[in-house]
Amino acid sequence: MSILKIEDLTLIFGKEKEEALSLLKKGSTKAEILKETGCTVAVKNAAFEIEKGEFFVIMGLSGSGKSSLLRCLNRLIEPTSGNVILNEVNITSLGDKELQDVRRKEMAMVFQKFGLLPHRTVLENVAFGLELQDIPEKEREEKAKKVIELVSLQGYENQPTAALSGGMQQRVGLARALANEPEILLMDEAFSALDPLIRTQMQDELIDLQKTMHKTIVFITHDLDEAIRLGDRIAIMKDGEIIQIGTPEEILTNPATDYVSSFVEKVDRKSIITAASLMFEKPTVAIFRKDGVEGTLRKMRSSGLTALPAVSTDKEFLGFVYLKDILEIKAKGHHTIEAAIISDIPVAYPETTVETMLPFIAENGRAVPIIDKDTRKLLGIVAQTSLLIETTGASWENITGNSIDNLQNEIL
Amino acid sequence: MIHIGPYIEQFINWLTLHFAGLFDAIKIVVESIVNGVEWVFMFPPFYVIILLIAFLAWKRTGLGVTILTLLGLTLIWAMGYWAQTMATLALILSSAFIALLLGIPVGIWAAKNPMAKKIIRPILDFMQTMPAFVYLIPAVLFFGLGKVPGAFATIIFAMPPAVRLTTLGISQVPEDIVEATRSFGATSRQLLFKVELPLALPTILAGVNQTIMMALSMVVISAMIAAGGLGEVVLKGITQLKIGIGFEGGISVVILAIILDRITQSFGSKKVKISD
Ligand SMILES: Nc1ncnc2c1ncn2[C@@H]1O[C@H](COP(=O)(O)OP(=O)(O)OP(=O)(O)O)[C@@H](O)[C@H]1O
Ligand SMILES: [Mg+2]
Repeated sequence: MSILKIEDLTLIFGKEKEEALSLLKKGSTKAEILKETGCTVAVKNAAFEIEKGEFFVIMGLSGSGKSSLLRCLNRLIEPTSGNVILNEVNITSLGDKELQDVRRKEMAMVFQKFGLLPHRTVLENVAFGLELQDIPEKEREEKAKKVIELVSLQGYENQPTAALSGGMQQRVGLARALANEPEILLMDEAFSALDPLIRTQMQDELIDLQKTMHKTIVFITHDLDEAIRLGDRIAIMKDGEIIQIGTPEEILTNPATDYVSSFVEKVDRKSIITAASLMFEKPTVAIFRKDGVEGTLRKMRSSGLTALPAVSTDKEFLGFVYLKDILEIKAKGHHTIEAAIISDIPVAYPETTVETMLPFIAENGRAVPIIDKDTRKLLGIVAQTSLLIETTGASWENITGNSIDNLQNEIL
Repeated sequence: MIHIGPYIEQFINWLTLHFAGLFDAIKIVVESIVNGVEWVFMFPPFYVIILLIAFLAWKRTGLGVTILTLLGLTLIWAMGYWAQTMATLALILSSAFIALLLGIPVGIWAAKNPMAKKIIRPILDFMQTMPAFVYLIPAVLFFGLGKVPGAFATIIFAMPPAVRLTTLGISQVPEDIVEATRSFGATSRQLLFKVELPLALPTILAGVNQTIMMALSMVVISAMIAAGGLGEVVLKGITQLKIGIGFEGGISVVILAIILDRITQSFGSKKVKISD
């Protein structure tokens, strides 16, 4: 069930919003509208749904409208048209009081510049959201202390926030948001102001927290690597428009536009691409008890392969058979292939990443079998070539037989 | 030739005629505040007051200001101007208090409402550039002679910095902090009292200091409408060409000014660091 639904949301900055809106409906571009009305179209017809417990990342370059879109969700900025629906309640039509309630209880925000109160201590900052709800001091401090532990800020409770490092300040920011126990966390480039090292650390901690909290998180970033690390799904924005929404893998393997491809090129794909998207689903297999030695040899001959996965009649993966072994047992007079099956073969699952499959690359060019974790059935195979292409990012055309050998040597 | 004078005159006359009751009420309130404060200063023996002020100076500032306070106030007493000084102090502090009471809310309003800011700005400019003597005329028409019209003129003259610096302080609160506060569901009241005013405090206190100093600069002028105090001493020196008396009165004003300035400044300088 989707917790948050954004319907045809448009945000226009400037005086002549109505005119800009009607121009937008007629199909004018952002640049044309700016020229004609002086209005900036910050968000254009955004529509998507976010699932409960999902980590949803909105990614785009500076000025693409990410912050504006995020602020429309809790109406820090009023959308010009469209709806934001939270748990079936239309946020866009709420009165001041109800909106305050939504902000207090259901959506909390973490900011790039932290937005902490410099005249207050860490504890007072973390308890701030609760204070706004008029929760008695004792109770809110108790709650705040729990959250402070969650973000590893123990011992800093009585420090003034201005004295803390950026990473620490953002922990306070995160704790302040969590203290309200919101359903939804809105995070606007929450880690962008931090050093790369601290940033990675905070990302890891957020991932860990999310494993236990299961919040719905809407996270803004301009960094695709961050988006991929954190996001269950990513929405890519350009000039106020969402041009693609998908899982990190979908976006990497199937970029919707050249713009997305140009982003995706720079990404380290090995840790994202999984076996599922590289898998060849109908490989030639030797079926034990059905294909005898002769049948297997025939399959090898017609497919030109010297190694085949062996499966049982109900497709359970048994191992690999190699041409030389088959020939050997044939000479010994065997009829079934049982004696030739090598079962000591590393397997992968659909969700296994390329990175973890790399060590499976073997000298003899055997493909990596992909099996179902529970039933052990063979789902498909990933050819070594696919793995190599994914790791090097090279395209089919610039890989010659020769260079594959070189690559293979490098990797091994 | 155009004369706007007659219209202003008519307006003031109309005010005095129709709002006599209001002016009387204001007069009673202001008079009791000024007299009350003066009584507080005059009731204890002079050395108690000196020691109290010196103690405050010691707490808030350094040794220098403390010594200056002790010596300066003792000198004033020795010259025989203790009563006048306390009368002046009472007039200044009450006027400044009322100016702040009116000015700070107006400053908040201007910070919150761009339209209000547009209207208030030129009024403040007008109030500050108008020669202070001019305020004496309506003051006398509304309230006659004495301390109340003196306080009235002083309040008008001293209010602009309170308004301006409050507005400045609040508009200087970083936008991201205001945004964060709103994002947690703060009402405008909570935003003002829990965030904006505390963060604007150093600037507002600078406004308090300026207001008090402006009020002090009205001492001699308000003495012209019989507000009394040290101003009267100085005025006597001028009108009767008694250099000695004029000088003694002047020195007393300066001593008072330095003490008030240093002590009130010390409250403003306790700067809160604002993260950027
Ligand atoms: N208050 C405003 N008034 C007018 N235009 C604005 C305002 N805020 C943002 N814009 C414009 O709206 C567009 C989107 O801005 P927004 O801040 O949402 O982008 P962003 O993707 O968050 O960028 P960044 O990565 O720099 O934070 C930009 O063209 C910006 O200039
Ligand atoms: Mg932004």
